[in-house]
Amino acid sequence: MLSVKDLCTQYFDERGKIVRAAQDISFEVPPGKLFTLLGPSGCGKTTTLRSIAGLERPQSGEITVGGRVIYSSANGVFIPPNRRGLGMVFQSYAIWPHMSVFENAAFPLRVRKKKPKDIAERVTRVLNVVALDELADREATKLSGGQQQRLALARALVMEPALLLLDEPLSNLDAKLRERMRFELKRLQRDLGITTVYVTHDQSEALALSHAIAVMNGGRIEQLGSPREVYERPRNQFVADFIGTTNFVAGDVGGSDSEAGFYRIRSELGELKARAVEALGAGEKVVLSIRPEDIELSEARPQGANVYQGTVDQKVFLGEAVDFQVRVGSRAVQSRAHPSLRTPVGQPIYVRIDPEKCVALKATGDWARPT
Amino acid sequence: MATATTTITTTSVDARFDTKWLVIAACVALTLYLGIVPLAFLVWQSFFTPQSAAKAAQFTFGNYQEAYGSSDTWLLFWNSLKFATGASLIAFALGTTLAWMNERTNTPAKQLFFALSIVPLIIPGILFTVAWILLGSPKIGLINLALQKVFDTDAVFINVYSLGGMIWVDGLHYSPMAFLLMTAAFRAMDPALEESAVMSGASVLEVVSRITLPLVWPAIFATLLILFVRAIESFEVPALLGLPVGIQVFTSAIYQAVHRYPSQVGLASAYAVTLLIITSVGVYFQSRLSTRGSKYATMTGKGFRPRLIDLGPWRYVAIAIFLAYFLLIVVLPLAVLVWSSLQKFYAVPSMEALSRLTLEPYRTILDHPSLMRSVWNSLLLAIGSATLIMLVTSVICWIVVKTRLPGRWILDNIASLPMVYPGIVLGLAIMILYLYLPLGVYGTIWIMLIAYVTRFMPYGLRYNTTSMLQIHKELEESAAMSGASWTITFRRIILPLLKPGLVAGWIYIVIVSIRELSTSILLYSPGNEVMSILIWELWENGQYVELSALGVMFIFALFVLVMVAQWVGRRFGIREA
Repeated sequence: MLSVKDLCTQYFDERGKIVRAAQDISFEVPPGKLFTLLGPSGCGKTTTLRSIAGLERPQSGEITVGGRVIYSSANGVFIPPNRRGLGMVFQSYAIWPHMSVFENAAFPLRVRKKKPKDIAERVTRVLNVVALDELADREATKLSGGQQQRLALARALVMEPALLLLDEPLSNLDAKLRERMRFELKRLQRDLGITTVYVTHDQSEALALSHAIAVMNGGRIEQLGSPREVYERPRNQFVADFIGTTNFVAGDVGGSDSEAGFYRIRSELGELKARAVEALGAGEKVVLSIRPEDIELSEARPQGANVYQGTVDQKVFLGEAVDFQVRVGSRAVQSRAHPSLRTPVGQPIYVRIDPEKCVALKATGDWARPT
Repeated sequence: MATATTTITTTSVDARFDTKWLVIAACVALTLYLGIVPLAFLVWQSFFTPQSAAKAAQFTFGNYQEAYGSSDTWLLFWNSLKFATGASLIAFALGTTLAWMNERTNTPAKQLFFALSIVPLIIPGILFTVAWILLGSPKIGLINLALQKVFDTDAVFINVYSLGGMIWVDGLHYSPMAFLLMTAAFRAMDPALEESAVMSGASVLEVVSRITLPLVWPAIFATLLILFVRAIESFEVPALLGLPVGIQVFTSAIYQAVHRYPSQVGLASAYAVTLLIITSVGVYFQSRLSTRGSKYATMTGKGFRPRLIDLGPWRYVAIAIFLAYFLLIVVLPLAVLVWSSLQKFYAVPSMEALSRLTLEPYRTILDHPSLMRSVWNSLLLAIGSATLIMLVTSVICWIVVKTRLPGRWILDNIASLPMVYPGIVLGLAIMILYLYLPLGVYGTIWIMLIAYVTRFMPYGLRYNTTSMLQIHKELEESAAMSGASWTITFRRIILPLLKPGLVAGWIYIVIVSIRELSTSILLYSPGNEVMSILIWELWENGQYVELSALGVMFIFALFVLVMVAQWVGRRFGIREA
């Protein structure tokens, strides 16, 4: 449906310096799927989205939507945004304050010179979809944040676009509403089956909504995969750290394990068995990424591999869970446990790490974990 | 809504001609033409001898030699400097005192203070000057007569026909402007800075000298510069008060050089270029100060209410000062105009004159052959130039604010350039330009339209910029994503959202255009008079009572217009700039 090939976009900042906002971006989005560009601010995700929209002019590459080339540096094609026929929801919603709810949603049809009867019918239908039909005559400025967001969505959907672009649509809502709109948006996208590109810096949003995620950093895609893949099998330290919370434990490779894809790692915690996404050589420096929820705590010594004894350093009660900080040897690791575990601070506790969930990554010097 | 389907059929390279570029190119070309060509032509002309049928124009330094070779010019320069410095200091002292009283003390009856903000708009310079002649002339001036009666003497107490008188009248006229500028400066200052000084144990005097003054210093200096530029540009006061007694400043000298026979356009140009250099330097430093001043800007964004200084019994002195000032700037000038407009021939107030009150001057002026025509011309020019300016500058402003076009700041500066043209210099430049360019606009009303559009373009730009900065770029981008072309986006999204600035700017330009004199004075021709020119002619003809009648009606009309403007401003949430 959407295909982006070798996209490079750069622009000049205020001091005239070249900013390479997006480099060698390539991905495909099959029809009806929701694809997320995820990354910290300045990673190039918005630039990529705006390049697809036509609001930004790329340096090179090719973008096609449903077989139609909308940008190609090789063939000199650049369709201006108003003739690409894509729907877009902006971060600020960009609801026009001088128009009513109805007129906002009707605008894309008006500029296409549709018949008034068709306009009324289609706008009513789309407002119905986002549950704003009763507010059609209201001034757009009188809407709440959530309603404005839905109106922006209605306006993007009213011309039944081939592709829907969403630029951090939930970031301006308060936490409760954001959670609700997340479900709403997912339901709507799945029901309408509309191909969607979604930009966000919120990893939980990305995990909840997407069919596929591209994790971006410094203008490049670091990893591309399903939500479960990027969460459970991060390809590098950046992805592991950016998505969710994780413990990084330094170590080096002792050798391959008898089980294929697994290695023996000498780490700060002691020797352990870990899984790797790429082949590792003996003696190579690695960093282990272990999610807090994958560190099992128990007062009695459990069975199996990767079991260590530690002491409880600190704990934080969160209601649905308890965060433990456990000292194993010289190293403190964070673990998330069920609130029924009540081991007091200073008491010994056993730690078990499932080798399946313990990911060994090649240590990269150029990326330091921000603390 | 079923599965979204592609609704687009075209896949070819887009090569359609876009009206966008036509509109943008036209606006940019017009701005560049209006901003640069008259100025360039004026400078060029100042290096040439007059062209005549017998002799073609020749390159010469003669105009400058003549201008600077004579000691008269140095006297002229010295006079201008004294006049502008004096007037700006008087305006500043009055305006700052009032602004401080209003913003920082508990002076009673504060609502009255803001009546001041509209005074400069509704009393045109020429009427203010005429009123002050009736008040302060040595022979018929009412203030002199009253004081002579009180002290039973023949001594002349004040004489407006002097450098001191010119400074006084011009300073008084610009004092509301100083009041507004200094009010803004006081408001931009967070009173917490003063309060923390008080909490540190500083006395009122120490607070003023060590905190308040250093903080408002850039604003003070910028205000002084603006006032100086305005004063050195002013034409009405020097022409009506200075010329009869032979005190010349640059503006009146330019006027005289053009109106001499044969007219010495080259000499006038040399004077004009000098004046232009002075105002440019002033405006340049003022804008530098304003940018640098942002370092001092202490606006917190919070709605703060300063702790007011309690003047105690002195507050009655303060209100007395204010009332005396109000008397001098509004009540007396208006009263004397109204009085004079009710006389058949001008007479000083007396019981006898009171018995001869008549509406005759109103009848005469309404029957005046050029009245209807000049009212019509004024309205046509004001509405025409306001509309044209607001539309053209909205496009210019869009380019400057919303695009990343290289060199857009040049466009911004060129559109703001006419700010440095004194009115009479602009009039001269445009006069010369269209004398040479055979476009047939010289001697028609069109030349005045061109002049007004040029002169007030910076105001339009300023109003539009304020509004344009508030339009989020995504509002425009979402229109593009909805399929709207640039032209549709501009008409359906940008212009409606600009409305507050457009309407406020439009009304402001209508008001200032209607009062315009110093540019029109060199450009009008019989049949193309505007209202301010008609007043000027009535003055030249000595028809004082008719002038007063016209003046009273004029001020009333401007008052109504300003009230409408304020109402519109409140409605659309825009403050008068």
